[in-house]
Amino acid sequence: MTVPPADKPSEARTWLTSRGNSSLSDRAFRWLMLLCALSIFGIVALIATSLVQGSKLTLGLFGWKFFLSSGWDPINGNFGALPFIYGTLVTSAVSLVIAVPLAVGVAIFITEMCPKMLRGPLAFLTELLAAIPSVVYGLWGVFVLVPLLRQYVNPALMKTLGWTGLFQGPNLGIGMFAAGVILAIMILPIISSLTREVMIAVPYTQREAVLALGATRWEMIRMGVLRNARIGIVGSVILGLGRALGETMAVTMVIGNSAASISKSLLAPGYSMASVIANEFSEATSDTHTSALIEIGLALFIITILVNALARLLVWAVTRGAPPRVA
Amino acid sequence: MPNEYRVSTANRMRRMATNHLASGLAVLSTILVVAPLVAIFGYLLFKGASSLNLAFFTKTPAPEGATGGGMANAIVGSGILLAVASAIGVPVGIAAGIFLAEFGRGGKLANLVRFTADVLNGVPSIVMGIAMYALIVARQKHYSALAGGVALGIMMIPTITRTSEEMLLMVPHAIREAALGLGVPNWRSVLSITLRTASPGVITGCMLAFARIAGETAPLLFTALGSQFWSVDVNQPIAALPLQIYVYAASPYEDQIRQAWAGALVLIVLIVGAVSLVRYVTTRGVLKGAS
Amino acid sequence: MGVGIEVRNLNAWYGANHTLQDINLHIPANQATALIGPSGCGKSTFVRCLNRMHETNPIAKVTGSVRIGEIDIYSDASPVEIRRRIGMVFQRPNPFPTMSIYDNVASGLRLNGFRNRRVLDEVVERSLIHAALWDEVKGDLKKKSGASLSGGQQQRLCIARALAVDPEVLLMDEPASALDPVSTSKIEDLIFQLKAQYTIVIVTHNMQQAARVAERTGFFLNGKLVEFDSTHKIFTNPGDKRTEDYITGRFG
Repeated sequence: MTVPPADKPSEARTWLTSRGNSSLSDRAFRWLMLLCALSIFGIVALIATSLVQGSKLTLGLFGWKFFLSSGWDPINGNFGALPFIYGTLVTSAVSLVIAVPLAVGVAIFITEMCPKMLRGPLAFLTELLAAIPSVVYGLWGVFVLVPLLRQYVNPALMKTLGWTGLFQGPNLGIGMFAAGVILAIMILPIISSLTREVMIAVPYTQREAVLALGATRWEMIRMGVLRNARIGIVGSVILGLGRALGETMAVTMVIGNSAASISKSLLAPGYSMASVIANEFSEATSDTHTSALIEIGLALFIITILVNALARLLVWAVTRGAPPRVA
Repeated sequence: MPNEYRVSTANRMRRMATNHLASGLAVLSTILVVAPLVAIFGYLLFKGASSLNLAFFTKTPAPEGATGGGMANAIVGSGILLAVASAIGVPVGIAAGIFLAEFGRGGKLANLVRFTADVLNGVPSIVMGIAMYALIVARQKHYSALAGGVALGIMMIPTITRTSEEMLLMVPHAIREAALGLGVPNWRSVLSITLRTASPGVITGCMLAFARIAGETAPLLFTALGSQFWSVDVNQPIAALPLQIYVYAASPYEDQIRQAWAGALVLIVLIVGAVSLVRYVTTRGVLKGAS
Repeated sequence: MGVGIEVRNLNAWYGANHTLQDINLHIPANQATALIGPSGCGKSTFVRCLNRMHETNPIAKVTGSVRIGEIDIYSDASPVEIRRRIGMVFQRPNPFPTMSIYDNVASGLRLNGFRNRRVLDEVVERSLIHAALWDEVKGDLKKKSGASLSGGQQQRLCIARALAVDPEVLLMDEPASALDPVSTSKIEDLIFQLKAQYTIVIVTHNMQQAARVAERTGFFLNGKLVEFDSTHKIFTNPGDKRTEDYITGRFG
């Protein structure tokens, strides 16, 4: 085979020579991509300013007292957000108490114990749990979980732990405890999948080192894995907390939505910051009312930013170089 | 061997017992986690399937108190909202991912963008709802599908940005060099070579973001608002499946509760379908080319 | 037809690393020129300076002048235009994995906006024939992905892809180093044939390869061009002691 010599510039060459340089379109493209990246800053900034602007009225009217007083009386124009903050904190705390041990247990089971065959399907199942929408959790909560709690779980808790004062009063089913349980189910997948990632990131040599000392499997997990992964696990727990703090629909549907009083009993109905916004915002009676609700939103925004930032930093610290997947 | 170096039998028994106890607890917690999942899905299938009927897909809601009717308008409404959201979230998210992977490598700006995307991802959806109310609804002085779509679209951006970046970074450097070496303009090489090579992963990211917002309710409460009637106008309030489920869940009427379950089933099938499709496609390599 | 390359006072840096120092040489048209030297000597950097690929690394810097035919590539044109006139084949075969064989070969034209199907068909066939791959793949041009070929075939596909834009110069950066002996000899045959039409610059760490395919050979050491002469002279009667040490294997 021989290559015939070319006689004249080919059609292809003529075309390419005519294309000119692409510096203008390349620069435009680069700017466009930059613009889209910067739009993320823009969005966060817009959200922040619109919240501050919307809550100017009550920020000026009540100042810090807004978050420390508990009267919420839209009709007389008296607003204090304490019951909502309390409800949010209590339900989130309950959810963490339930979800953290379970999530870590699942992560340990999947990464260290379960047969390889089960690993994929189990991880997929927990992923599915994360894919169920909040409102469906709420629906299930109202019609399945709440009756279950009212009939079986709550009476048992009242009998055994009633003396703590945490499980007292009328057993309605709905209430802060129910909200906490629903939240626990919802944040479980986040915590367990991130914990799993962090545990996988622990080098295998760490495990071998502990096993070589004659440790049992549990001792290997505790000393070789959990100890090395603990910062990352804390990070994933805080990330779960961030989700729990802002969760709206499921909580609104089962928490009872009552700001009447701050109750020590978890069985009492309560109210969370997110659910008061969901319930009252579109029917706000006055500008002050709207402003007060937006201020609660602003507080929620700031808290979740802080919590998420903290969590990301912790998880990053462990899985250095390989930033965790977006949860 | 001196006696004190030997591990005592009691100690060994205790360690073994702890080992078994811990293993047992891990298994137990796995069961406790899988149980609600099975319970939720089982109940949903049972309740939803027995509540579904043709009218659900073809009729608009019946007047208050009357039985019958369906969620046809909510299904279409959700479709419109998701279309608006994807039209915003997908291009912006992918473009931001391209910036991070191709132009911003290791730079301070890129780190800041990444961090802000994570922050945005953590903003509670209800807060997104009131922010969009203040930014769009309050200015236009009416609720609209557009406002709801924008809220959902913004919520898609961080997930798509971060997964796109990760996937683009996985494209081997040699592929980029090949394109550059041919004298292909940079923009063309990024879009037609790098992005195309990474497309299975990028699509996965988009589907995950889509699945996440498809069930969102809170951001729609004060934007799309919901509606009992047919509407395809993006400037008007519009019905959405999750909103309708929320409203019906609190209804005193048996028939509306039935429809809430049916709606939940349809929503879940939609979302789980999207997630499983992604998993199937990415593990089976139907879309070849990603390394 | 190929054109000659005139390099004057070329210096290149990676960060603080002065990887090429005062390179001057003339690469004649329609011949194969081999560049040899131990790894890290700057020979790869040198070819990457000839089509401005060197500067795609953000810490890289270049001074001096390179004239290819009539134009000075560092002052008369943009990198994109330069790379369209100068084809490059890389060390590892790098076909576009999502594209079919046909699309791979057509990519240089298509991605620059060329749409004429009739001409594309012709160009793809001619390029594959020139790259000695046509007979092996003509049956499934659009069915098979470029990534599904064997390593040697992939490299010839990459050569076809480079030829499809009808370049004046073909740069080859150790094109056979990742291939088996049979594929290597195919590539060498190919270089022999392509000389008629293109100016070829080939970087190689394999001295026998240089002796087999090239009319002229340059020896690089520590960022300097030690000697540049006809291949015959370099391998039989080198003018520099260091060249002699290297080709007789007494190096280091």
